[in-house]
Amino acid sequence: MKLKLSEEQEMLRIAARDFLADKCPRAFIKQMEESETGYSREMWQEMVELGWMGLAFPEKYGGGDMGFLDLALLLEEMGRACLPGPFFSTVVLGGLPILDMGSEEQKERYLPAAIRGEKIFSLALTEPGHRNHEPAAITTEATPEGDGYIINGTKLFVPDAHIADYLLCVARTKPADEVAVFMVNARGPQIDCRLLTTLGGDKQCEVVLDGVSVSKADLLGRPGQLAAVQRIVERAAVAKCCEMVGNIQRVLEMTVSYAKERKQFDRPIGSFQAIQHYCVDMATDVDGARLSTYRAAWMLSKGLPCTGEVATAKAWMGEASQRIMDLAHQIHGAIGVTMEHDLHFYSRRAKAAELAYGDADVYREMVAQEMGL
Amino acid sequence: MDFGFTEDQERFRQEVRSFLEDEIRRGEWEPACDAWIQGFDPEFTKRVAQRGWIGLTWPPEYGGQGRSHVDRLILTEEMLRYGAPAACHWFGDRQVGGAILSFGSEELKKEFLPRIAGGEAYFGLGMSEPGAGSDLASLQTRAVEDGDYYVINGQKTWTSCAYFAHYIDVYARTDPEAPKHRGISEFIVDAGSTGVSRIPMTDITGTEAWSDLFFDNVRVHKKYLIGEKNRGFYQVLHQLDYERSGMERIMGNYPLFEAIVQYCRESKLSRDPVIRSKLARLQVEFEVGRLLGYRVTSVMEEGRTPNWESAMSKAYSTEFEKRLANVAMEILGLYGQLMPESRLVPLRGMAPHSYLGSKGYSLQAGTTEILKNIVALRGLGLPGS
Repeated sequence: MKLKLSEEQEMLRIAARDFLADKCPRAFIKQMEESETGYSREMWQEMVELGWMGLAFPEKYGGGDMGFLDLALLLEEMGRACLPGPFFSTVVLGGLPILDMGSEEQKERYLPAAIRGEKIFSLALTEPGHRNHEPAAITTEATPEGDGYIINGTKLFVPDAHIADYLLCVARTKPADEVAVFMVNARGPQIDCRLLTTLGGDKQCEVVLDGVSVSKADLLGRPGQLAAVQRIVERAAVAKCCEMVGNIQRVLEMTVSYAKERKQFDRPIGSFQAIQHYCVDMATDVDGARLSTYRAAWMLSKGLPCTGEVATAKAWMGEASQRIMDLAHQIHGAIGVTMEHDLHFYSRRAKAAELAYGDADVYREMVAQEMGL
Repeated sequence: MDFGFTEDQERFRQEVRSFLEDEIRRGEWEPACDAWIQGFDPEFTKRVAQRGWIGLTWPPEYGGQGRSHVDRLILTEEMLRYGAPAACHWFGDRQVGGAILSFGSEELKKEFLPRIAGGEAYFGLGMSEPGAGSDLASLQTRAVEDGDYYVINGQKTWTSCAYFAHYIDVYARTDPEAPKHRGISEFIVDAGSTGVSRIPMTDITGTEAWSDLFFDNVRVHKKYLIGEKNRGFYQVLHQLDYERSGMERIMGNYPLFEAIVQYCRESKLSRDPVIRSKLARLQVEFEVGRLLGYRVTSVMEEGRTPNWESAMSKAYSTEFEKRLANVAMEILGLYGQLMPESRLVPLRGMAPHSYLGSKGYSLQAGTTEILKNIVALRGLGLPGS
């Protein structure tokens, strides 16, 4: 047991923090939120050059051969900077599932393109009528036709689908009724993609697949992939927690430094015990979130079974981040509820992250199952 | 970064478990909540000592094993998991031994450490006084030099384990003129000395948990001064960092946690979504407390003294223990009120015991408020008031 980062990991973290501090200022985030695409091609290319897209992929596809734990650090820094764009979609929702489930041919086709930043990927999973991601409740149909399938259905909350080249589309094969994942050309004519306007300012879409034709070669693995899809969601939940660790750590730092600077009654408000104890409550929530998230990330990186640890991390993060944001806004006072201040970038994203890949209730139920209840 | 244990460590955990399971099988004791502080069993302590498990991290020349803090974490986690009666040696092992090791003379180390490690010398703490609780530096017990001796007069209170303790780690004022933090010294006082008297105090659970200790012209040889004269307050801060560092704060009532989960499984109450959610929430909170405790061990393993890290861990964990007791009572419903000796009592009455006992957890070894002050000032660098 050693809870400190290695020197290499510290270096990765510092490099990422410096790059993002320079390239992702408040004005950039705002501009990306207001833009149609939600990301900058130029910055995307710079991230490719830093090796970020390939960090967690094997060298033979052009990757950096590092582990999920290193990716976790990078995601933390991205969360800290509120980095907009399709990194999460391409790497966590696209690349890593392809690496897990794809044939060698598929990996060679898709992974180098993702790593070189040439193609953007995302995951089309959730469907209308579901409050949460529920892989078992998928109704999008893949009906056999000729040498392939025809896919019909509507997907919701698909991140970055409007700029994606490929979607990993989760559907149910007919008549076998098995969950399967298809590589779908996101720019095909039978796909209608419409942007939703979201609290987090990110780009999530409604995607209607109206008779999308795919071949058998577009299947990731074989049908009967419910467990694999659940693994995708599990990993996405941890990855989202990693982003959130960066988010809440930054919010804690902003709040503590505001409490040191802001004076009322001729003294810094941070010298009042009420404010101090709020800050400590925040710090405890942050540290609990970091430790439980990194434990899950460490276990994923080791390939250890960790459903309980993932569920613990996401369940804690969901409610801890609520408490953290409430206190951060309380301590910041009125300036924190204006668009002048940066805090809204964080509190808007925190709520979006809480809802993504299952909220605290969903994961508590998972914990209950792990407890044998 | 590594959240795992080595093979040797896993083997050690297994060894401790086998030992404790065997003890239970032989009927030596029953798993109990709070057994780390209220379970007095000199024979058990002797058997633990024979295995070299007291003073595990201390250097071998003083009776220790030179093992890692992670090994001690594993050992204490298992002791707590099984609710083992470890109170006789807990204080000496956790903090007084460490204080002697950090500040004591060679002579003191040789005199006391092997006997603590051997399960022969038990310690109580003489810190709080009727007028000195959270403001410990205002303590009034006096120690006045008289030749080769100090003469101690005053009163200590809330001393746990005093009935069994052979020695009391006493903080007394040696310089009344100096600022209050700079006039305190630390002594080892033989509990059987002439002039030491004791009045037991019964806590809210009905247990004789503490004592008031009275010192009436108690003569203590100068060699029993730990560390430097008038540096006692700085030494006690160091000791408190260790007092707050352990897993007993999150696992002190683990037997209740385990029992209530099993009770829900067996009674099918676990099908109730409200109860599932309550228990799962506790489990998540427990895991977070465990990790905050692991972080403290990791800090010690890096060779640092955990300071705000142990304050945070202790503050969080004792609040958890209160919630655990409340949830257990909620789930048991009306049966929750049945005391251990009652007919029909479920879970051996652990729930009401914990409900009552847990009120004190966030008071002992630093109130939650004092601990939050420590985290605020030393962890977050917020300005003093």
